[in-house]
Amino acid sequence: MKISEQDIKTVASLSRLRIREEEAQDVIFQLNKILTYVENLQALDTTNIEPTTYALPMQNVFRADEVKPSIDRELALSNAPLKEDGYFKVPRVLEV
Amino acid sequence: MALYDKTAHELHELLTAKKISATELTADVFARVDEVEDKIGAYLTITRDKATADAKLVDDKIARGEEIAPLEGIPCAVKDNICTKGIRTTCASKILENFIPPYDATAYKKLSAQNPILIGKTNLDEFAMGGSTENSAFHVTRNPHNLERVPGGSSGGSAAAVAGGEAIFSLGSDTGGSIRQPASFCGVVGFKPTYGRVSRYGLVAFASSLDQIGSFTRDVTDCALVLNAICGQDDMDSTSTAAQVPDFTKALVADVKGLKIGLPKEYFVKGIDAEVETAIHNVAKKFESLGAEIVDVSLPHTEYAISTYYLIAPAEAATNLERYDGVSYGARVDGADVVEMMTNTRTEKFGAEVKRRIMIGNYALSAGYYDAYYLKALKVRTLIQKDFTDAFKNLDLILTPTTPNAAFKLGEMTSDPLTMYLQDICTVPVNIAGLPGVSIPCGFTNDKLPLGFQLIGKALDEATILRAAFAYESNL
Repeated sequence: MKISEQDIKTVASLSRLRIREEEAQDVIFQLNKILTYVENLQALDTTNIEPTTYALPMQNVFRADEVKPSIDRELALSNAPLKEDGYFKVPRVLEV
Repeated sequence: MALYDKTAHELHELLTAKKISATELTADVFARVDEVEDKIGAYLTITRDKATADAKLVDDKIARGEEIAPLEGIPCAVKDNICTKGIRTTCASKILENFIPPYDATAYKKLSAQNPILIGKTNLDEFAMGGSTENSAFHVTRNPHNLERVPGGSSGGSAAAVAGGEAIFSLGSDTGGSIRQPASFCGVVGFKPTYGRVSRYGLVAFASSLDQIGSFTRDVTDCALVLNAICGQDDMDSTSTAAQVPDFTKALVADVKGLKIGLPKEYFVKGIDAEVETAIHNVAKKFESLGAEIVDVSLPHTEYAISTYYLIAPAEAATNLERYDGVSYGARVDGADVVEMMTNTRTEKFGAEVKRRIMIGNYALSAGYYDAYYLKALKVRTLIQKDFTDAFKNLDLILTPTTPNAAFKLGEMTSDPLTMYLQDICTVPVNIAGLPGVSIPCGFTNDKLPLGFQLIGKALDEATILRAAFAYESNL
């Protein structure tokens, strides 16, 4: 067993997900199966091997610092679930 | 032969010779959609009014005696994770069910410059996570060759649309095989270009270091035409490559004499279907008879590719999907405070596979596990890539099966995610190494299910893949 019920709760919380009581066992079972499978990587010696994040050579891309038109505010807000006065509106964040 | 079954280049000739009109062609494809879409379910959104209006514009242009582009007036489909301005783009997820992109993805914008006719947006596994299109939050897509079978995935809708006569060509995306595998299952040509060849701007991000947009077509000539339309550097995607884009139609030379093609033994081990194995060996013999040299090659780290992929892709996905928080776009499910609102939104609106991958990703990235999982996978990625670099020192192409078996039955793999992941063994190494790859149809099983072979090329050498694929197709 690689991942415990407590681990699942922590990961779910980090992921902003909630695991329902009745699905917890199945989620743990599937995740453990996958995590057990990927264990085969541990058999490989990767001492002195550099990690690869992008397969092709990448370098910083610079551009001139020029003002260019960007997306219109109304358009940017057009998919917002809730908006007010040109802003995205969310439930209260701070206690008052 | 019906118009809806023809290739883009055949239809282009008919259009320029004024033997057909774009309106007539579009109506023919929609008649086919009306006939089969109930059974196949390739589309999530159908853009009939826009298509009809766009076809008229192409006909006006032809009537004025103006020259038309190779894909102008040709009915096409676009995977529903590629943003289309003003046209709903859902990623087959409840969380984006009503999302109307305020901009076009660069690949779609470039394609649109040729005025093809958009028939609609195609079904996929939610956020492109899956290999059967059964993970769509809306409906399944069925394989046009056998309605009891899956079309593959995640670009199952794009593959099924082309195979079923519901579009002449389509765009898809490929993170671990999501173009090549459904192309193989549906008996069409599916091309994943080199990482960076096509801008990812406007492609809804799944795993940013692996995602690439590509094409589904009925033959290799159409493939070259679509690649010509969508490839090229883009200011909006800093990972798009500055490498010059050749005219890919110049690669359509039916000659493989002198080409060295490697057959990696690691792709022919346990679990591979005997009919698939025979088919691939027949393809190798065909290439040999056409003058290519077939050589045995070893890619020793292949057996680690699935593990590497299923750590890197979920880690990147967990990060990319953080943006679905119910704030700036997408669905929101209310809660007492911000954290509860976000948690409610994500819990209710993401499907099971998406949640599974987010959790694997966050687990692999979390303190105490990062080195053992994520960093380890990145190091193995280096080894897998080196396998290809070493092999290509002495080779032009690598030939493999696209999939270990033909299309499986609906529901056959849904209960066991890991079994589904293992299906990706032949395709994920190509994404890990960022290389170009294609799946080309190579006959049928005894059950009349399509089979495909995969050709892998050197980075940025799509042209040699097209040349060999064209030679194969021309000598059937």
